[in-house]
Amino acid sequence: MTAPVAARPTPAAPSGAAPAPAPGAPAPSRIAAAFARSRAEGRTALCPFLTAGYPDLATTEATVLALAEAGADVFEIGVPFSDPLADGTTIQRTSQGALANGTRLADCFALVGRLRGRGVAVPIVLMGYVNPMLQYGLDRAAAEAAAVGVDGFIVPDLPTEESDDLLAACRAHGRDLVFLVAPTSTDDRLRAVAERASGFVYCVSLTGVTGARADLDAGLPGYLARVRAVTDLPLAVGFGISTAEHVRQVGAHADGAVVASALINHLDGFSPAAQPAAAAAFLRGLRGE
Amino acid sequence: MAVETVAPPVADAPVAADAPVAWPDAQGRFGAFGGTYAPETLMPAIAELKAAYAEARLDPAFNAEVARLLRDFVGRPTPLYFAPRLTAHAGGARIFLKREDLAHTGAHKINNAVGQGLLAQRLGKQRIIAETGAGQHGVAVATVCAMLGLGCVVYMGEVDIARQAPNVARMRLLGAEVRPVSSGSRTLKDATNEAIRDWVTNVRDTFYIIGSVVGMHPYPMMTRDFQRVIGDETRRQAQEPDQIGGLPNAIVACVGGGSNAMGIFYPFLGDEEVALIGVEAAGEGVASGRHAATLSAGRVGVLHGSRSYLLQDEAGQVIEAHSISAGLDYPGVGPEHAYLKDLGRARYVAVTDAQALAALQLLSRLEGIIPALETAHAVAHAVELAATMPAEQSVVISCSGRGDKDLDTVRAELGMDR
Repeated sequence: MTAPVAARPTPAAPSGAAPAPAPGAPAPSRIAAAFARSRAEGRTALCPFLTAGYPDLATTEATVLALAEAGADVFEIGVPFSDPLADGTTIQRTSQGALANGTRLADCFALVGRLRGRGVAVPIVLMGYVNPMLQYGLDRAAAEAAAVGVDGFIVPDLPTEESDDLLAACRAHGRDLVFLVAPTSTDDRLRAVAERASGFVYCVSLTGVTGARADLDAGLPGYLARVRAVTDLPLAVGFGISTAEHVRQVGAHADGAVVASALINHLDGFSPAAQPAAAAAFLRGLRGE
Repeated sequence: MAVETVAPPVADAPVAADAPVAWPDAQGRFGAFGGTYAPETLMPAIAELKAAYAEARLDPAFNAEVARLLRDFVGRPTPLYFAPRLTAHAGGARIFLKREDLAHTGAHKINNAVGQGLLAQRLGKQRIIAETGAGQHGVAVATVCAMLGLGCVVYMGEVDIARQAPNVARMRLLGAEVRPVSSGSRTLKDATNEAIRDWVTNVRDTFYIIGSVVGMHPYPMMTRDFQRVIGDETRRQAQEPDQIGGLPNAIVACVGGGSNAMGIFYPFLGDEEVALIGVEAAGEGVASGRHAATLSAGRVGVLHGSRSYLLQDEAGQVIEAHSISAGLDYPGVGPEHAYLKDLGRARYVAVTDAQALAALQLLSRLEGIIPALETAHAVAHAVELAATMPAEQSVVISCSGRGDKDLDTVRAELGMDR
């Protein structure tokens, strides 16, 4: 694997953020601080998703930099996997492309290390399936995340029932484990997630796989109200969020919007060299600018 | 190892709770294997399925309906057949065939499709989805859906559609929609991914009938329970005086996901004198890297909802399997097989494409039975094994399916059209 990047102090919390924690209490995570800031500014946090290594790692790195400068609030970096069974055609395709050019979990850690080295202070969460993490070693992954500046993990095939080991590793290394909830989740399941989650709760907007959609699910407000009732954590809504109008609708009921397939499909219309600027423009468009 | 016997099998209760062993636990764990690695969207439906199955397996009416359909629709019990010429050829132990190839639709897959189909009906689900490799599970599900009046969509890799054309035609005749899968290796693994994606999307009205002892809990347990009828019948038939007159010394079955093997092994798990041998596909040879010998050459990982052995690279990416047999062409294996391997209660060997082709011809010429290419893997190993055993001992082969579906492959491989 790539040589580990030396640990670096977490960037100072933005001025006006929560006061310093009591001695012995866990420090507020960079993710929590980011949502607190967007909430204080009355904005919907924008959480762009990119598949690491698609079309290549250098383009991913440059695109994250451009999105950070354009005001992205939280990044999700997709770790490619050979069998992405919760993903639609867009992320299947980008995952296959990233794997074909050799991108593995170790490369994703190294990518984040480089981004931190270039001054990116925005929270970054790695989103990927459980098997590559198991083979890497869960504790080793959490330790490496802490060393390079990955703030947490989202694992779509790891429900609460199977999450004990990764949760322990994340807590040991001060990382957030972000759980997904779905419109089908019962209130009991939502409570189980609320007991375990930190950082934010990823609210899957619909019953389905990832992918750009024309319309949001009509049941979204009621479902998000059910989630809100069990947790004070920030809620980020993903799957199908494609337009500024979607972001506006989501923002009425949640703290953040994850934009993945729509962004990736848009970038596919540009050469790798032009993708960072195109991504920044797309992000501004999502804010209605 | 010691396998704790809880209760003897009851032959006329096909899915009853009499279990020869105490696994899986409530979380679906077979030791360190199994579990429920599924997207959250599916978890409530999985909980509903677990509860419905827990209730159904103890319901005499449900069991009676499964038993009636297995008898009147599937044609069970299937015979246990002494294979005299194959026995003479091997020159050792007596060889018996458990004739699942004679079950309706030509393979053991129908046993599980009947059980899960009735469970879907019990849950009020009108739309059925399934994955298929060789097409035998797809045909079985399409058949059961036609019989029960349920809608049916079958996902099948493009490679498998090409090499199992007769089964594609059968599914369509039976009213099923066959959806080609063009992602990844375009075989069973990718058909399973696509079926899971469909399930995630349509979970509220759709029942997923998984065809093997794989997937998230409760599927490995449920499919095993619906397939144990193979072993329950074998156990009863073997003890008849004009058959073996006791238990066999060894049982040999092919293993892809492992449902026919688990079905015939399960009632014998407490009979430690019975050797249980699973035969995986060595493809072009395990050393070639082009094989599907998951238990022989894989490492522990998570695929399709459970932890088991898996063909994967160092970074946890799943490696494409290879076998001449579409039904064995899968990089994973059922978690209960992984557990039996680690316990040492079953052992697993691998047979190459060439050995399987030779065994297919051997059984055809010596016994007048054309086995499926999957089954031929078990035949190849059983003949070798029987040759090392004395004449008073006996071996049962799980003759899991018939070979009609493989004629195109066999003709091409053997150059019969030249």
